[in-house]
Amino acid sequence: MVAQGDDVRIIAGGQTLVPLMAMRLARPRLLIDIVRIGELAFIRRDGDAVAIGATTRQCLLERDPIIGADLPLLARVMPFIGHAPTRARGTVGGSLANADPAAEIALVAVTLGATLCYRDGGASAEVSAAEFFIGPMMTALPTTACLTAVRFPVWREPRVGIGFHEVNARRSDFAFAAAAAQLALDENGICRRAAVGIGAVTTVPLRLEGVGEALVGTRCDAPLVHEVVTEALSGIEPLADLHASAAYRRRAAISLAGRAITDAYEAAVNVN
Amino acid sequence: MRVELSVNGKPHVVEVESRTSLLDCLRERLLLNGAHAGCEHGVCGACTVLIDGTPMRSCLMFAVQADGYVITTIEGLSPGPGELSPVQDAFCETHGMQCGYCTPAMILTAHALLAGNPAPTRAEIVEAISGNICRCTGYAQIVEAIALAAERMRGVNRPDGADASAQAGPA
Amino acid sequence: MSGPATPFRFVSSDRRVREDRRFVVGKGRFAADIAMAGTRHVALVSCPYPAARIVAIDKAAALALPGVHYVLDGRELTAATSPLLAGLDIPNVPRRPLAVDVARYAGEWVAAVVADTRALAEDAAELVNVDYEPLPFVLDGEEAYAAGSPRVHEAHGTNVLLDRTFVWGEVEKDFAESRHRLAFKVKWGRSATVPIETFGVLASWDPWREILDVFASIQMPRFPDQVALALKLPGSAVRVHNDVDVGGSYGVKRGIKHAVLVAFLSRRLGFPVRLMEDRLENMRGGDAHGPERNFDIEVAFDDAGVIRAMKMRALDNVGAYAGRSPFQLGKPISAIVGPYRIKSVQYRAIAVTSNKTTQEAVRAFGQSPTNYAIERTLEEVAWHRGLDRLEVRRRNLIKADQFPYLIPSGTSYDSGDYDAVIDKVLAQADYATLEAERDRLRGQGLLAGIGIAACLEPSGANSTFELLLNPKNETTTYTESCRITVDVSGAVTANIHTVSAGQGHETLVGTVVGEVLGIDPDRIRVVRPDSLSAMPSQSPVGSRMAIMLGGAAFHAAQKLKARLVAIGAHDLGIPEERTAYENGNVSDRAAPQLTAHSTTYAVFNLPRDLSLGDEILL
Repeated sequence: MVAQGDDVRIIAGGQTLVPLMAMRLARPRLLIDIVRIGELAFIRRDGDAVAIGATTRQCLLERDPIIGADLPLLARVMPFIGHAPTRARGTVGGSLANADPAAEIALVAVTLGATLCYRDGGASAEVSAAEFFIGPMMTALPTTACLTAVRFPVWREPRVGIGFHEVNARRSDFAFAAAAAQLALDENGICRRAAVGIGAVTTVPLRLEGVGEALVGTRCDAPLVHEVVTEALSGIEPLADLHASAAYRRRAAISLAGRAITDAYEAAVNVN
Repeated sequence: MRVELSVNGKPHVVEVESRTSLLDCLRERLLLNGAHAGCEHGVCGACTVLIDGTPMRSCLMFAVQADGYVITTIEGLSPGPGELSPVQDAFCETHGMQCGYCTPAMILTAHALLAGNPAPTRAEIVEAISGNICRCTGYAQIVEAIALAAERMRGVNRPDGADASAQAGPA
Repeated sequence: MSGPATPFRFVSSDRRVREDRRFVVGKGRFAADIAMAGTRHVALVSCPYPAARIVAIDKAAALALPGVHYVLDGRELTAATSPLLAGLDIPNVPRRPLAVDVARYAGEWVAAVVADTRALAEDAAELVNVDYEPLPFVLDGEEAYAAGSPRVHEAHGTNVLLDRTFVWGEVEKDFAESRHRLAFKVKWGRSATVPIETFGVLASWDPWREILDVFASIQMPRFPDQVALALKLPGSAVRVHNDVDVGGSYGVKRGIKHAVLVAFLSRRLGFPVRLMEDRLENMRGGDAHGPERNFDIEVAFDDAGVIRAMKMRALDNVGAYAGRSPFQLGKPISAIVGPYRIKSVQYRAIAVTSNKTTQEAVRAFGQSPTNYAIERTLEEVAWHRGLDRLEVRRRNLIKADQFPYLIPSGTSYDSGDYDAVIDKVLAQADYATLEAERDRLRGQGLLAGIGIAACLEPSGANSTFELLLNPKNETTTYTESCRITVDVSGAVTANIHTVSAGQGHETLVGTVVGEVLGIDPDRIRVVRPDSLSAMPSQSPVGSRMAIMLGGAAFHAAQKLKARLVAIGAHDLGIPEERTAYENGNVSDRAAPQLTAHSTTYAVFNLPRDLSLGDEILL
């Protein structure tokens, strides 16, 4: 059915699609409601990853023990997404497929190097988060495809800490800038693995590879963090719009990334 | 399209266009006017109903998607004609409204909160209603109403002498 | 929540607001809740350009859609109606519900589609094909004011609707004699109050009775009159129903163009017609925006920061058309110096058109931007002199022993103790702790500050400024009425003659009447007759209702009580001085156990030689 073209769309939670339809910006002739397909709603461990079905309600992630234990960064961002009523109906897959530059789940997916799974006709396929988000509200998902799941890699190191910060006009508004960090430390407090990402600053969430690499082997002290984050942001052209200038987004991103890394480090240090 | 809806404990069968929102269906077909249109794009919360006891925006659901759920609207909360539920009564006690347009949504949301959390802190109350906009009151008396309702509901059916305030409550 | 003991039994006691009861069960009666059989629905076609000539409107595709009844354009509507009233004398800036020949702001309504459902009307609105020729446009207020900018209304010849300078006192002399002067700009950005309920109106023309019934989410004085005028109907042909609950207004629900539009359609098409704005129509084309004002301030002061004189140029960008909005430059005249002793003032009020959405009346009716400018002035003076901001304010405040105080523009402030207000606020806010917190945050490298403002706002809807801005406008004040009746069972009913938007007017009237008559307010019924049965009312504006409606209710109740006492005295055969009135009963103080006349008995056993009716009118 989806092969029929642009005027056929998939609807899950509808928290993004229905407002677009109400304003007649999206005009599907046909909607395929997948929200009750049981096979697409799940949270389960899958080898070194946690797999989340596309129609899993966002609110379930807030209280699921697997998410809390294995994907603390994802658990941390959930309360920042919309409001309780929208999380009660909105789905994980819906948020990912919508690909708003400020979306928190997308930021975590890119930061941790998640994999998105979809079905196109009879075939299944996978794409990395970094390749999935290609522009504002634009993904690599073929128009005939349906997202089925997202797999987040789980860090098994004994001392893992996370940090997340975003800034917006009001809680739950779209962020002007957001930063996520996950660090693993050894028993001496040296960073052995680091993943840092920023969202809402550019058209897609970005993993700051250089920052991650530069933090390994260090204690993530504040001047070093500031230096490497500033260096990484200097090569990026932030978005400018009526909410925030490019300069503000750059400054905010540097500050928020610094805080997220510091929070992650301190959390990891305190793990026994 | 034909859809069967269970609203306030009663089954209804309606024939609606597939593009009709649950909000419009409740108001225009079932004549339940308590849910209100404020923005029709999921921001203000005035259209809130309970779906299986959870507050959701009825303007963001199509009526034809709403079968199989237990739907509760404000009209389903009164115990009887001329009677008020404890939450409704608490809102009257603290005057947790002015124009009344956001009020059914606030009350349903409070109802859902207290069903799961009989002793919410002030922060939890604020968080629970943060998806509902009020343009009149400044929210203080709405929060008071919910805290008052929680306190009264905790005190119901308590043996004489038992200390209702012994549980954690709002600061 | 009860306060200290008062001399009243019911006023200021801890009582419930009776209106709440219907709202908590979802039984409010909002405009969209009112159903009439056969109602059809309107959706609007809006202009996407800030300015454009309307070359042609092709309705064929829209009309061909099943369920679509009509497509109305500005030409047809204009031919059949009069322009909407403007406050200023600006005949070459006519305002119509639908644009005619030229659309003057993005979002302006160009055509109205009528269909069986709102969804169908929207479908059809998309099929209306309007051929636009974009025109030059101006959005910025100062640019609109300058010569050479595109003219929003060609026939008016300029974008200036109002440019008047008032000089109160010896301004130039005071400036010349002052040690210091400052000049700076203050900007009040355009905002809107955005009630959760958008504007909605249902109109139904009954050709057999020749009455137009109107149900609207309205907050507007003279609404029935203006609908009638625009439709060229006698006022007695328009029946506005006041028992409609309004979901918030805060000034903006004037809805006159919406009402005229659906009223015309109902008469034209022969069935009830409803328009409920969706949020996009409301925000772009609903004409519900607030002031957008640039201030140029010059202020003259001494070493101590005491301000002697002020020059204020206020330029307001009212948008493409003007209803009442320019008068928001006038109300501040009533409190042009705020709470301060500024000796002389020059005030220049400029209203300009631009290709923006039309403004409407927004809460405080222009006083808020003015207060902001005055407070910025105090801040600038304090900064300039290196003085504490609170201290500078105290040095400038009108002092408690100076009331009544006549301000330069002519208003007399009757009373006040502004120093006490500041003291209370500082104590409540624990100002010293706030300052310490601010300094601590600054020490951490954060930006932190404390906002301070003193505001004085004229309320009660004193309208003497109307004459200043338009000599042809004779309104200086707004009346209010209350009627009280007692029925055969002794039940008391009070009437109010307007709609409310959550202000609790029913409770207000019940409480005041109950207090005067000594009867539990909950036993007093309060109802709202429609505009044909109603007495004069100017609707809630300018924080007037507690004063005016409360006053009307109070005096009506006093008159009723006096009648009851007179009747009771007559029936008891005693002079009035010997009567005692309590809780609706009149008795003889010399023999209280013998006779006690209830209100029922008193009213319905009218003595023959007293010409009394059971209606007390104010």
